[in-house]
Amino acid sequence: MDFSMQCPVPFSQYSTVQLAHGGGGRLMRELIEGLFRAAFAGNADQASQNEPRSPRPLEAAHDSAVIEPGAGPLAFTTDSFVVSPLFFPGGDIGCLAVFGTVNDLAMAGAKPLALSAAFIIEEGFPFDQLQRVVESMARAAATAGVRIVTGDTKVVDRGKGDGLFITTSGVGRVPPGAAIHPSRVAAGDQVIISGDVGRHGLAIMSVRQGLEFETELQSDCAPLNGLVEAMLAAAVDPQDIHCLRDLTRGGLAAAANEIAQDAAVGMVLHETEIPVCAAVRAACELLGLDPLYAANEGRLMALVAPRSAPAVLAAMKSHPAGADARLIGTVSAEHPGVVELLGPYGPGRILDLLSGEQMPRIC
Amino acid sequence: MKYLSEYRDADQVRRAAEAIRAATTRPWYIMEVCGGQTHSILRFALDRMLPESLTLIHGPGCPVCVTPVEVLDRALALAARPEVIFCSFGDMLRVPGSRGDLFAVKSAGGDVRVVYSPMDAVELARRHPDREVVFFGVGFETTAPTNAMAVLQAARLGLKNFSLLAAHVLVPPAIRAVLASPQCRVQGFLAAGHVCTITGTSEYLPIAAEQRVPIVVTGFEPLDLLQGILMCVRQLESGRHEVEIQYTRSVRPEGNPAALRAMAEVFQTVSRPWRGIGVIPDSGLGLRPQFAQFDAERRFDLSGITAVESSECRAGEVLQGLIRPHQCPAFADRCTPQHPLGAPMVSAEGACAAYYRYRRSS
Repeated sequence: MDFSMQCPVPFSQYSTVQLAHGGGGRLMRELIEGLFRAAFAGNADQASQNEPRSPRPLEAAHDSAVIEPGAGPLAFTTDSFVVSPLFFPGGDIGCLAVFGTVNDLAMAGAKPLALSAAFIIEEGFPFDQLQRVVESMARAAATAGVRIVTGDTKVVDRGKGDGLFITTSGVGRVPPGAAIHPSRVAAGDQVIISGDVGRHGLAIMSVRQGLEFETELQSDCAPLNGLVEAMLAAAVDPQDIHCLRDLTRGGLAAAANEIAQDAAVGMVLHETEIPVCAAVRAACELLGLDPLYAANEGRLMALVAPRSAPAVLAAMKSHPAGADARLIGTVSAEHPGVVELLGPYGPGRILDLLSGEQMPRIC
Repeated sequence: MKYLSEYRDADQVRRAAEAIRAATTRPWYIMEVCGGQTHSILRFALDRMLPESLTLIHGPGCPVCVTPVEVLDRALALAARPEVIFCSFGDMLRVPGSRGDLFAVKSAGGDVRVVYSPMDAVELARRHPDREVVFFGVGFETTAPTNAMAVLQAARLGLKNFSLLAAHVLVPPAIRAVLASPQCRVQGFLAAGHVCTITGTSEYLPIAAEQRVPIVVTGFEPLDLLQGILMCVRQLESGRHEVEIQYTRSVRPEGNPAALRAMAEVFQTVSRPWRGIGVIPDSGLGLRPQFAQFDAERRFDLSGITAVESSECRAGEVLQGLIRPHQCPAFADRCTPQHPLGAPMVSAEGACAAYYRYRRSS
């Protein structure tokens, strides 16, 4: 669906966001009506046909959207997005804000129902960029099959923000049978990842100011809820999917360590089974970074009971978001809290948490 | 990937390890000089593929690790000045001085920026004529040429607001210092391939001859390192002590003449203190008098800043190969990457950090 066709430009009087656009008056109303509601209304009707009790988009005259979630437990999550630059190869802050929250819901097995979006905009931020971000959010929401039903806008003085920050929250319904939690991880579980790692982190780094190298690297930014749905359907029993984690900040290494520590189990991973594309590998070599610690925005790690692992892996491989899925290791009862990485030549090493962000090396 | 995957090929690596086992008949102690080599060895667990009688000792070739606390304190003081934009490579930001690190200065309002090349700092100076831009010039002979080029470029542009806090150190004097220690066990060296890409091998020839130690200029990939070790073992076993080049795809005996010219034009040899080791004569590079206006030490009065190093940190012994990181009583207990007592625990190339990251449980 092409949302740009539906977006009027009622604020053409200004080319940049003014403080008054957050001031509660006529300009703010124009911004909400002309930009946000126009964009986020687009995907509602089509999606609501199969979801009779789903919420209506951006309820006009209310302070809250009202949703009727139906029976069963709800998942609820929130995330803030401050990425710099706002636009990067393969995505932008808008699609990141939608997919990030959709994916957090999906990691609980939940089917996303509704999102909120709060914008903190710095005075002077160009309207054409804001429009691009909002359209990207609308497209992302349509792709993930979720609606943005409520929101907020604040404009802060120039110099008091970094252009644009977005916070999204989301609710989703946990399907019957799903019981996804680190505490359910057990020795013998198979460790599966949904694709190659490191793309988002290196794509961002490749365009950050001061670092210039030519690369075809694109962020892996994508929704994972469809993939998780397919995985739950493929398992012998949905309860066989013990834990899911999206490999965002800190990458595969952080996710594996968090699960090993939370579940008090050991994990043994095979380095040669972890896919890393040539461009990511080359950029990491140049900068002295490790792709296993680099961020992803469209990858997950699954810990699955052995009897369901082959079917889940097969289902992932036949889904576009998991085409490059691999079995990369197993959970063990030994060395609780420790992730061991077996190298290409046999002997292993600890895959530890970093104490901070990865920093490029001197030489 | 060209120049990478072929040097990590599992079959070839296993064959090289087998060749080392076949060639080794006696116990030998070999030092890999460079921290990048130490990290490769531990990351790929190469030491676990070697015969037990062969011991690798991790040398002082990590520029971050050997930078004295005093220099770090001067960097912190400079970075905190309101008129200064302080530029550094990323891995210096977490290295602790006496009071905090550059990250702490940044969060307190200092303008600290990570750059990927000293030329980025020159460009910042050009764009911000009202600010003082200081680049933290840390590193061995590998980073010295680009820092020299940055000074030359700043001079060419007529910049009045760019300076270098130079803390460059040199490898050959460090090798001599290691050999001069009465407790030294090192019988052969793997010299750093990237340093020798710049300098060539001429300075290593007298060391090998006078001290009767084999020196093999070695690369950083698993197969490079195992080939370098094999060449060193073969020399030791046959009683030779020559300078050989394993890293032939990068190193020429004469080095890189253009880089050496730039270094010689801008820098002169000076005595420098090494963290944990002490002052090594003629072991560093400082700016020549004609480039004094680009020398941060002279541009800002930093002489009053002195520092005492942690008495508990045994970095000096680690960096000289006298003890291994996990033999230090503070290792992984009072000294961790979150609370490092000394730089080898904080730098990605530091021997202590490498042990902590890859070997803590063993």
